[in-house]
Amino acid sequence: MSQTRYTRDHEWVRLDGNIATIGITHHAQEALGDLVFVELPEPGRDVATSEAVAVVESVKAASDVYAPLNGRVTETNPAIVEDPALVNRDAAGEGWFFRLTLADTAAFDALLDEAAYAAFVDAA
Amino acid sequence: MSRRGGLCSELVHLSEDLKTTPLDALHRELGGRMVAFAGYAMPVQYPTGIMAEHLHCREGAGLFDVSHMGQATLAGPGAIAALEALIPGDIQGLKPGRQRYSLFTTETGGILDDFMVARIGAEELFLVVNAGCKDADFAHVAAHMPAGVSLQRHEDRALLALQGPKAVAVFARFAPGAETMAFMDVRDFEVEGVGRCRVSRSGYTGEDGVEISIPGATAAAFARRILAEPEVAPIGLGARDSLRLEAGLPLYGNDIDTTTSPIEAGLTFAINKRRKMDWNFAGGAVMRDQLDAGPTRKRVGILPDGRAPARAGTEIRDVAGEIIGTITSGGFGPSAGGPIAMGYVRADRAQDGTPIELMVRGRSLPARIVPMPFVPHRYHR
Repeated sequence: MSQTRYTRDHEWVRLDGNIATIGITHHAQEALGDLVFVELPEPGRDVATSEAVAVVESVKAASDVYAPLNGRVTETNPAIVEDPALVNRDAAGEGWFFRLTLADTAAFDALLDEAAYAAFVDAA
Repeated sequence: MSRRGGLCSELVHLSEDLKTTPLDALHRELGGRMVAFAGYAMPVQYPTGIMAEHLHCREGAGLFDVSHMGQATLAGPGAIAALEALIPGDIQGLKPGRQRYSLFTTETGGILDDFMVARIGAEELFLVVNAGCKDADFAHVAAHMPAGVSLQRHEDRALLALQGPKAVAVFARFAPGAETMAFMDVRDFEVEGVGRCRVSRSGYTGEDGVEISIPGATAAAFARRILAEPEVAPIGLGARDSLRLEAGLPLYGNDIDTTTSPIEAGLTFAINKRRKMDWNFAGGAVMRDQLDAGPTRKRVGILPDGRAPARAGTEIRDVAGEIIGTITSGGFGPSAGGPIAMGYVRADRAQDGTPIELMVRGRSLPARIVPMPFVPHRYHR
């Protein structure tokens, strides 16, 4: 069974076994507005927590997407490169960004659960 | 490498000492996302978003609140001659009922601000200047006027822009006769329930449209009446920026400032013919020499080959890898359908069609120098 957690950088992380799927939250896509460009990491790249690994650009500005955990990029979502607005339409589903294979899943548990993320957004 | 913020770094809390326009409550009611701009709380977008707002303005009519801009009347004997000492524009030759685009220039040939000046009467002018420069501009003007000339700021007035191919037809429902105005005409209308409005057929989108100076007290009610027309949608500052970028229009502070000359900026048209006889205005001699010798850099349009936008500050190189300039405004053009930019490049690399490289996130992205505007102007000449 998969679980979803969140980061203070407004990413969601869904864990299935040792594979983490990462996207940006509905709140983040709403704050960014219409997305017009997405750049994703190369599969095979090893990334470290908090490293800037993807870029999203709205009409107005560019923003970084950070790696929420240590791992190796194993898959990216070509659909959002082709159609960045897919992230606006379905941030938590079809608009996922990339998948990481984790060496160690323990750090996942330290991420925010849904209630904690909602509280974080409300307090911001 | 230029660093960007994280996903929500743009969301800032509005400090309480921001000024508001007479339309503030209306913006909030419409769901406007308010941001700080030039000391004012202004809507960057409404719930439909920048893309939809931009496209709506290009096909219908968009209503912008630009009340943060500075408005003033300059009047009295000698006002025109004294103003001409500060600007390269020919105001003596400007007919009553007409306006022109001009520049406050520095002694070294830079630009203090760009603005609109309308001739109201023999010795009366109406000025509209940028929000971020207005205090400095008006102080500059006041300091250079002879006794007997008054500069009256109109802080009690709002400024609305109604822009788009359907804008004038909509506005003429409230101000019959407005449809007979030509581009850059200025006329006063008495609008029922609103009061006296000073209207110019101009704007900052590349589209046909009007800018309406209106009493602040009746501005919100009038904005509601305009928004009730089926062709009209409210447009925020985000789309205002993408519209003017597609139209190739410079933004003061980004694309022009005290370090850029009108010649470099491609604004030589603002140095009117009569003024080129004497060059007797601030920075005139510097500009004359620059025009004779040719500028060392030029403001140009830039079209990236790929999909990645290149933002202000992006370094520009030629195909041999030599640094030749910098992007000053860049983003995504909703009507252009892709990334667009403008910036300064070395004059010997400024020819249309020149291939260039943009340094984005440590990589070099191919692009070309192109003519502006990116989307044709549709002014009513």
